[in-house]
Amino acid sequence: MESLLTVSHLKKYFDVPAGRLHAVDDVSFSIRRGETLGVVGESGCGKSTLGRVLLGLYPATAGDIIFQGMDLSTFSKKDLIPIRREMQIVFQDPYASLDPRLTVAQIIEEPLRLHHVCRSTAERRERVEELMEMVGLSKRAYNLYPHEFDGGRRQRIVIARALAVGPKFVVCDEPVSALDVSVQAQVLNLMIDLQERLGLTYLFISHDLSVVKHISDDVVVMYLGQVIEKAGKRDLFKTPMHPYTIALLSAIPSVNIREKRQRIILKGELSSPIDPGEGCRFAKRCPFATEECFQTTPLYRELEPEHFVACHRAEEVRSGALQFKSV
Amino acid sequence: MEHDLLEIRGLHVHYVTDTDDVQAVNGVDLTLKRGEVLGLVGETGAGKTTVALSIMQLIPDPPGIILGGEILFKGKNLIYNSDKENQEMRGNGISMIFQDPMTALNPIMTVGQQLAEVVVKHKKLSKKAALEAAAEMLERVGVTRDRLNDYPHQFSGGMKQRAIIAMALLCSPEILIADEPTTALDVTIQAQVLEIIRHLIRENDMSMILITHDLGVVAETCDRIAIMYAGKVVEYGSVQDVYTHPKHPYTQGLFGSIPKMDTEDERLSPIPGMAPNATALPSGCAFYPRCGHCQDRCRESAPDMRGTEHQYRCWLDAE
Ligand SMILES: Nc1ncnc2c1ncn2[C@@H]1O[C@H](COP(=O)(O)OP(=O)(O)OP(=O)(O)O)[C@@H](O)[C@H]1O
Ligand SMILES: Nc1ncnc2c1ncn2[C@@H]1O[C@H](COP(=O)(O)OP(=O)(O)OP(=O)(O)O)[C@@H](O)[C@H]1O
Ligand SMILES: [Mg+2]
Ligand SMILES: [Mg+2]
Repeated sequence: MESLLTVSHLKKYFDVPAGRLHAVDDVSFSIRRGETLGVVGESGCGKSTLGRVLLGLYPATAGDIIFQGMDLSTFSKKDLIPIRREMQIVFQDPYASLDPRLTVAQIIEEPLRLHHVCRSTAERRERVEELMEMVGLSKRAYNLYPHEFDGGRRQRIVIARALAVGPKFVVCDEPVSALDVSVQAQVLNLMIDLQERLGLTYLFISHDLSVVKHISDDVVVMYLGQVIEKAGKRDLFKTPMHPYTIALLSAIPSVNIREKRQRIILKGELSSPIDPGEGCRFAKRCPFATEECFQTTPLYRELEPEHFVACHRAEEVRSGALQFKSV
Repeated sequence: MEHDLLEIRGLHVHYVTDTDDVQAVNGVDLTLKRGEVLGLVGETGAGKTTVALSIMQLIPDPPGIILGGEILFKGKNLIYNSDKENQEMRGNGISMIFQDPMTALNPIMTVGQQLAEVVVKHKKLSKKAALEAAAEMLERVGVTRDRLNDYPHQFSGGMKQRAIIAMALLCSPEILIADEPTTALDVTIQAQVLEIIRHLIRENDMSMILITHDLGVVAETCDRIAIMYAGKVVEYGSVQDVYTHPKHPYTQGLFGSIPKMDTEDERLSPIPGMAPNATALPSGCAFYPRCGHCQDRCRESAPDMRGTEHQYRCWLDAE
C-alpha cells in the first residue's frame, strides 16, 4: 500500500548546558496509509521529540518529511497551517493537556475555530455533538469542565479534539499510559474503531510493549535518538535481532506469577545523548560488544525482507550463536 | 499490644464542596509491616491517592475531610499530629513520590540543585558532597551525570519521573509511598528502578506502598496486594493468593482487561460500564451495576470482608 508519510535522515538536536543533545539522530522510515506504526524505546530516547518534529511543533535540524507526496521541510510556517489540519496529536497526560477553564464543548471547538471549519454556530454545535458521540461521551458532558471527568473520559475529550478537524494522521504520544488497565482497554478499542471508521494513520508512541503489540502493524525500536530495529510486529516480537530489543522484550513484567520467565537485566553504563561519538550507542550495555562496536556506528540495514536492524552482530544474534545469559 | 509499622483502620475521607460530597474513601483497613511491599491497585477514582495523602497528612482541606478512622505509624495516630510533628514525620519517617511528577519539580532550578537541596536537608552534608550524592543517585536510576545542570523542561517525561524517584530515595525514609512511580518509564528502566528500590528496601529495612495500575509490576515487586474499588478495599491478600485465585469479580475483570503478550490481536475485554460516581454511590455493593454475578442481595446490602489471610468483599457463594 502507498505510504502516507516518509521520513528520511531526520535529525533534531537541542543545545543544552553540556553540549549538543542528539534527541533524534538520522531517523528514516515510512508509514502506510491506514496503518499504525508503533514506536518503542527507552525513556529519553527521542520518541516524543520525533512526534513533535513530524507535526512541525519543533523545527527539524536536518532531514526530510514527505507527507502525502509533499516535502514539508521546504514549507514555510504559513504553508504549514493547512497541513496542520491533517496531522494532529494526542498527548499522554489527559490532566495537563486540557485547559481547566474551558468546558468540554469549548475544548473540542477550539481547533474548529482555529481552522475555520464550520460556517455557523449551529453547524459547530452539531459537529461537536457528533464528535462527542463518536468517542463515547454522553451529551450531558457538553457543558461540564474537564476536572469533573476521570482519566479515561478526559482522554476521550482529547481524542475528540484531535479528530475535530478531520486529520488523516494522528501522533499518539503515550495516549493510554496514565490510565488503569480497564479504562485503557476501552480507550484502545475506541482508537482501533476510529481508525477503521475514519481511515486514520497512527504513529503510536508507548513504552508499554503489550499495548504496542496490540495496536500496531509495524514497530520501530529507538535507542538514544536512533532507530535500531524495525519490522512487522509479528516478526519483531517473534524474532528480534537487536540485543537491545531482546533485552526489552524480556523485561516486560508479567502477571503470570507461576511461570518464572528468563529476564535480562542490562548492566553497564548508559551512553549520553550529548555529543555522542562514533560507535554503537548501545555498546556499553551490550554483552556482545566487540572493538568494532565501540569504533564504528553500525549500518541500519534490511537483514530480512521488511526487517531492518542496526547491529554489527545481528547475523550471529539471529542464528542463535550469541545468547544472553539471563537471570 | 505489638503494633505493625503502619496500621490504617476504618479510614473515611470525603471531599465536600458547595454542591457535592465526594465519598472518596469509605472504610479502609490496611497494614504494612516492616520490610514489606504492599501494592495498592484500582481504577481511576478508586481513592488510592486519597489513602496515600491521608497517611502523609496532606489531604487538601478544604475540600477534603478525614471523617473517621485512625492511621497508626509505629503505634502513634498521625491524625492527631501537630504540624511540627507532621513535618518531622514527612522528613524522616514517610516519603511520598507524587503521582504528578511535573508539579514536584521546580521549573526554575536545575535538577542537580533540587536533589542536592534534599540531601543537605536530610544528611547534613556539604554542598559539594550533596551534589555528588545527587549525581550518584541519578546515575543509579539511569540518567547520566552530564544532565545534572539541566532544567526540568529539558528532561523527557520519564527522566523527570526518575529525578523525582531519586529525590525520594535520597531521603532514606522508613516508608516510601510511591504513587504510580513508573508509568512514564519503559520496561528496562522500570526494571532497573524497581530493582534499586527493592535493594534499598532490603538494605535499609524500608517498607513501601506501591500505587499502580500495572498488575505485572505488582507481581514482580510486591508481597501483598490490596485492590480498591469505590473507596473500599475489595480484595486483600498475598500476591501469590490473589493472582492464582482472584475471588472478587472486579479483580477477575482487571486480569481480563490486560493485553496479553502471548495471544494475537483478539479484542480486549474491558470491564463493562464505568466506575460509579463517587458523589452518589449505589446502595449495596458498589460494583453490582457492572457485575456479571449480581443477585438481589448485592443491590440491597454491602458485603463485609470475608476470609482471614486472603480477604474479599463479595456476596458470591456466601451462605
Ligand atoms: N526542549 C528540550 N531542550 C533540551 N533537551 C530536550 C528538550 N526536549 C527533549 N530534550 C531531550 O531530548 C531527549 C529525548 O527526549 P524525548 O522527550 O523525545 O524522549 P522520550 O523518548 O519521549 O522519553 P519518555 O519516554 O521519557 O517520554 C532527552 O534526552 C531529553 O532530555
Ligand atoms: N481535591 C479534590 N476535590 C474534589 N474531589 C476530589 C479531589 N481529589 C480527589 N477527588 C475525588 O475523590 C475520588 C478519589 O480520588 P483519588 O485521586 O484518590 O483516586 P485514585 O484512585 O488515586 O485515582 P487515579 O488512578 O485516577 O489516580 C475521585 O472521585 C476524585 O474525583
Ligand atoms: Mg515522551
Ligand atoms: Mg491517584
